[in-house]
Amino acid sequence: MLKNLHNKKELQLVLGLLTGILFGTLLQKGGATDYNVILGQLLLKDWTVVKIMLSAVITGMIGVHFLKSIGLAELHPKPGSVGQSIIGGLIFGVGFATLGYCPGTIAGAVGQGYMDAAVGGVVGILIGAGILATLYPKLQASIMKMGNFGDITFPKLLRVNHWAVVIPFAAGLIVLLIWMERAGL
Amino acid sequence: MEWLAMERWSPYIVGVGIGVLSWLTFLLSDKPIGCSTAFARTSGMIERLFRGSKVMDKPYYQQFTPTVDWEWMLVLGIVIGAFISSILSGVFRISWIPSLWAETFGTALTPRFIVALVGGIFMGIGSRWAGGCTSGHGISGALQLTVSSWLAAVSFFIGGIVTAMLIFRVFAGWGG
Repeated sequence: MLKNLHNKKELQLVLGLLTGILFGTLLQKGGATDYNVILGQLLLKDWTVVKIMLSAVITGMIGVHFLKSIGLAELHPKPGSVGQSIIGGLIFGVGFATLGYCPGTIAGAVGQGYMDAAVGGVVGILIGAGILATLYPKLQASIMKMGNFGDITFPKLLRVNHWAVVIPFAAGLIVLLIWMERAGL
Repeated sequence: MEWLAMERWSPYIVGVGIGVLSWLTFLLSDKPIGCSTAFARTSGMIERLFRGSKVMDKPYYQQFTPTVDWEWMLVLGIVIGAFISSILSGVFRISWIPSLWAETFGTALTPRFIVALVGGIFMGIGSRWAGGCTSGHGISGALQLTVSSWLAAVSFFIGGIVTAMLIFRVFAGWGG
């Protein structure tokens, strides 16, 4: 782990900005910052978003677990529960289709000049995040506790070495992408 | 540098690029790519303008302090990156209504802006409720093989597909 680098606060802010510039370029070139492409995916007519996400997951999964194997990276799995991940996820989904952008792609949409994203969407997300921050203590003590499973990963759940999951997952996702291309999606 | 002027790249090139970018963020910054906490932090910063330090009474803002951090800079970077990328390919333009929306619901500004605002509110609540978004759970969490992230990502798409079908197949039909 490059601890010294991780602890350089100002430099990390610059790295965050540079990462964002590259990420924003990739999202924009991929079409993911476009309402039409995102709604096309949710209407199951245009599979661009799923193709981008799955190829990012396959590539990232192999590389990040390799970095972990050689001691250069640590994982940061997020905790979750049925009440948090599924209910929160479904609420997100309603917003995903209604807004037509997500928190990352909306930033790109703003950069590309889409005013429905800049004026309507960003303001909405900020209001929504504020509402959640206010409701958080109550939700945390109730719905979010339902079916809690913590920050577990599939390799930990199955009690196997991470490669025993990474290799079949990556292979399965590659087969899925090939199948999607063959099916003309 | 002709490829920078291209309007679209293959989704696989883009996906592999994002995957490689995530290697770099884990290696250089010890961080997975994510976007939604930046909105929560910004919301806290705005609230602080009105309520001052009382904002910090909210446990949520003790956990996600209203400050500029790595992820906040990342979201700012996305705006800049998409701006540069769209300028280089000549597709940058100020546009008010997405074409798919216009074809279905017309070109009036108010309906689209109200729907975008309401959609944004759902997205703000849902992303922070689930603890992540399409990048934080859908890409970064999924690539770490996190159980919560796979569940959340599948839920994003189930909720999104059902809602999109309702909006464009059912609701749009009523209007004729």
